[in-house]
Amino acid sequence: MATIQLSATLPSLPTDWTAEKDFKSISRVTQPTARSLEPVGPHFLAHARRKRHHRTFSEDERIQAESSVKKTEDEDAGEISEDEDPVMLQREAKDWKHQDHYAVMGLSKYRWRATEEQIKRAHRKKVLRHHPDKKAASGKEEGDQFFKCIQRANDILMDPVKRRQFDSVDEGAEKEPPAKKDVSKKPGNFYKLWGPVFEAEGRFSKRQPVPQLGNDKSTREEVEQFYNFWFDFDSWRSFEYLDEEVPDDSADRAQLRHQERKNNNARKKRKVEDTTRLRQLVESVMAQDDRIRKFKQEASKQKNAKKNEREAAEKAAKEEAQRKKEEDERLAKEKAEAEKATKEEGKKAKEAAKNAAKKNKRTIRGAVKEAGYFVDGNAGPKEIDAALNDVDALIAKMENEELGVVASKLQGNSDKAAIKGVFQEQVTSLVAAGKVKEGELKSLS
Amino acid sequence: MTSESAIDDTQYPQRTAIGLSFGNSYSSIAHTADGKTEVIANEEGDRQIPSILSYVSGEEFQGTQAKAQIVRNPRNTIAYFRDLLGKEFKDVDPSPCHASAHPVESSEGKGVAFVVQEKEVAEDGEEGEKSTLTVAEVTTRHLRKLKESASDYLGKDVNAAVITVPSDFTDAQKSTLSESASKAGIELLQFITEPISALLAYDAKQQLTDSGSSAPQDKIVLVADLGGTRSDVAVIASRGGIYTTLATAHDYELGGSSLDKILIEHAAKEFQKKNKSASDPRKNERSLAKLTLEAEAVKKALSLGATASFSIESLGDGIDFNLTVNRSRFELLGNKVLMSFTRLIESAVQKADLDILDVDEILLSGGTSHTPKIASNLQSHFPESAVVIAPATSATAINPSELAARGAAIQASLISGFEVEEIGASTEAVVTVTPHLTHAIGLVTGEEGFAVIVPAETPAPVRRTAQIVVKAGGDVLVRLAEGVREISVRTEDKATTNGNAKKDADEDEDEDDDSDDEPEEVREKVWKAGKVLAEAGIRGVKKGGKVEVQVNVAADLSVTVVCREVGGKGGVRGTVPAGKAEQNGNAS
Ligand SMILES: Nc1ncnc2c1ncn2[C@@H]1O[C@H](COP(=O)(O)OP(=O)(O)OP(=O)(O)O)[C@@H](O)[C@H]1O
Repeated sequence: MATIQLSATLPSLPTDWTAEKDFKSISRVTQPTARSLEPVGPHFLAHARRKRHHRTFSEDERIQAESSVKKTEDEDAGEISEDEDPVMLQREAKDWKHQDHYAVMGLSKYRWRATEEQIKRAHRKKVLRHHPDKKAASGKEEGDQFFKCIQRANDILMDPVKRRQFDSVDEGAEKEPPAKKDVSKKPGNFYKLWGPVFEAEGRFSKRQPVPQLGNDKSTREEVEQFYNFWFDFDSWRSFEYLDEEVPDDSADRAQLRHQERKNNNARKKRKVEDTTRLRQLVESVMAQDDRIRKFKQEASKQKNAKKNEREAAEKAAKEEAQRKKEEDERLAKEKAEAEKATKEEGKKAKEAAKNAAKKNKRTIRGAVKEAGYFVDGNAGPKEIDAALNDVDALIAKMENEELGVVASKLQGNSDKAAIKGVFQEQVTSLVAAGKVKEGELKSLS
Repeated sequence: MTSESAIDDTQYPQRTAIGLSFGNSYSSIAHTADGKTEVIANEEGDRQIPSILSYVSGEEFQGTQAKAQIVRNPRNTIAYFRDLLGKEFKDVDPSPCHASAHPVESSEGKGVAFVVQEKEVAEDGEEGEKSTLTVAEVTTRHLRKLKESASDYLGKDVNAAVITVPSDFTDAQKSTLSESASKAGIELLQFITEPISALLAYDAKQQLTDSGSSAPQDKIVLVADLGGTRSDVAVIASRGGIYTTLATAHDYELGGSSLDKILIEHAAKEFQKKNKSASDPRKNERSLAKLTLEAEAVKKALSLGATASFSIESLGDGIDFNLTVNRSRFELLGNKVLMSFTRLIESAVQKADLDILDVDEILLSGGTSHTPKIASNLQSHFPESAVVIAPATSATAINPSELAARGAAIQASLISGFEVEEIGASTEAVVTVTPHLTHAIGLVTGEEGFAVIVPAETPAPVRRTAQIVVKAGGDVLVRLAEGVREISVRTEDKATTNGNAKKDADEDEDEDDDSDDEPEEVREKVWKAGKVLAEAGIRGVKKGGKVEVQVNVAADLSVTVVCREVGGKGGVRGTVPAGKAEQNGNAS
């Protein structure tokens, strides 16, 4: 529980208050009620622990703290304590070439992954357990054979060169490739079954870290990188460990050299075989890898898509050109037609204007007659002629519009004076415009 | 290289443990890993899995699919069986099962069983042989399905569980359930009660959000588990994260189906109003089953929205039925039932000899707690100091349908590493039965005031530390005493508002709202110092300094007090000896 903060005031100490060591016990706590706790939750578990082990709060806190420290230590120790196979304990030390050094050290879970620190610790532990002095003390007759096996394992595993030689042929670390039918059984199996194989093979790589197989979500780059890496695998694996030994008693140098050559050849042969093996392995995996197929399909789809796009673009361009041409032609035709139409219309209008002018002239001339040729009483032929001549002269000076205006004024007008007025008005305006001379048209003045 | 794991297995059982809430109406599964709890959905995507099995032409269905069979194939559908576990036939109330297979007396022993057409009916149409399944067997099958769903989801074989049970489940019921679980391949790690499980889940979440404090605040919590067929309430004292149930109250007739019934009545009446010639759909078994299913769905929808609709094809006499119901209408129709939840919950407070002012939190659990009106009724009935935790009143509330399963999962994760004997030893009475303080222990402040350090109902042993500022400095008196909580009632004239008026929860529905001119009663919690236990003098405290008081109550109820000025030297230490007539406290 967190500390409770109380917001109240404490009474001050009365001056006459005294107590031994400043503390006075006054009365006891009221009888409690016995109730059952709910055996649930982390805080109850802590209570149960205290109660069962008769601990006070602070004792329990201390012990808990200590045990959490110890737990980490135990876990530490746990990683290097494996059961010892009774058959292994019977091993002859001289048969060290065939012994599983990691198993002897209790590190078979770790193998090539074991750190130097782990190996050291494992060794210490094994020595403590199997030291001949200790065995003798416990009265068990066991001999020192297994102890010698331990020492040999330690020699090899603590020497980086020898350790690599052993790791190269450590069967315990090998992962058999899965059967094809197992892989195809379930969709995810490919990754599940092949992943560990590559993880194990990766231990031989000079280049670290080693790209992993990944899963069906891996990108194309990742997958490509993975296969490139494995096709181009740079391995430190070597096969000295399998050398045939020259019998100790043979001092024959020729035979020694012969054996050396034989071993050398065997090593080379094994290395070549191993490289081939790996290459075939990667090839067969690649063949089973759905992602490769998927990427190919995607690529070809993309290519097709591009091609289609290009074709579509070309087609579109062609169509566009065609369309443009048609459009141009259409526009030209329309323009020609429009021009023709305007021309015709102009012609028509002209004709209409001409007709209108004719009609207007007729009206104007008619009006002269209506106005009695501008003379009082009956007009003689001379007067008629003069009036008509003057009107014709007037008409000749007038624009078509003026003709229209005048004609409309005269149309249906039978008042002689008014008609004459119209003519006189027209003459005045023409005179003003300088088209007719003052007094030129006598009969209209 | 092969023998290494065999040994480990016996030392540390390889358990994959889940939390199971197994109700009469629904079950849920939860799993806790790396401090995170999740509720697991079954293959159908349900997190609330109807506790129903159905047999259709030789095939077994569970959950929602089985529930649908109540309409089509009720005789071969088994529902509402949890409470029948471990009971004698003569003691069984079969009413919730009326729509599904009826319970019969088991031929073996006095238990309860169901008769169903489990195997496919023979080709020649001859009635196949019927099987009699005991409730225990049905439970095994149901649990096995749940186990399979959980295993599928987790990708590991689930083989152990903490299962929640009502707080009044008898030992006979527990042992039958435990046997059924083990037949289903589930090692029963522990039974925990539904309300405690809900509270554990809630507190675990709170703990995550206001991280920093090591244990939840001391509080009195009312946990109301409002299920489908029954409602249970527990009053729980939570002290330093340890829970003690002070009282429980149960109602075996009140639950979600009581609310369904209201909608069924309403719909049936409307149906007959619309279709004068149609017969009462409640009288026809199939129509009633359809109506019941739809009513539950409408009720759930009304917890979220303002309106919801019935839509049933061929409800009766081949007539389709459509009806929209709005929430206020539903709440009006259901007023009486809704109020009974409040009444039940309050009755638990009385049973615990507490006042409603003592309640700090009301945690609503179980599916029916989704109903907004139940939460709002509680909020207006209880004083403002009581926080109502339900979806309608608190944005951070966990889905009440999931609380119990979540708590069980958390407990499962806590104990799944232990050996069976160890779990057993921790749940024995020697460990669980503990003296609880009758009165609070704290400091006398000012004249007659009292400040609580260790509240009443705290189990001993307990250790608490408090700090108090001494503004003036100088010599101060630390007077440790027992405190008494009193309820003061003042009448305040001129009641301005009627807002939080405490209505009488009496049966009569008469509107007895206190009228405005009546004086309003104000009830308050007041602490008074009672018996003084000890005194300590702290001298020469700096101005504005702080005094720290550590109170250690041992299992024998002796009290050790350590007082000192924070940052100062020395301090005062003394012990109040244990009482004489002392029966509890087995430890130290
Ligand atoms: N959203 C919701 N709104 C209203 N009621 C709901 C909602 N969700 C579920 N319910 C109701 O909750 C009830 C089921 O509650 P729960 O899941 O707690 O069942 P249970 O523990 O099996 O109950 P019991 O054992 O009492 O039958 C059902 O009546 C269901 O209709």
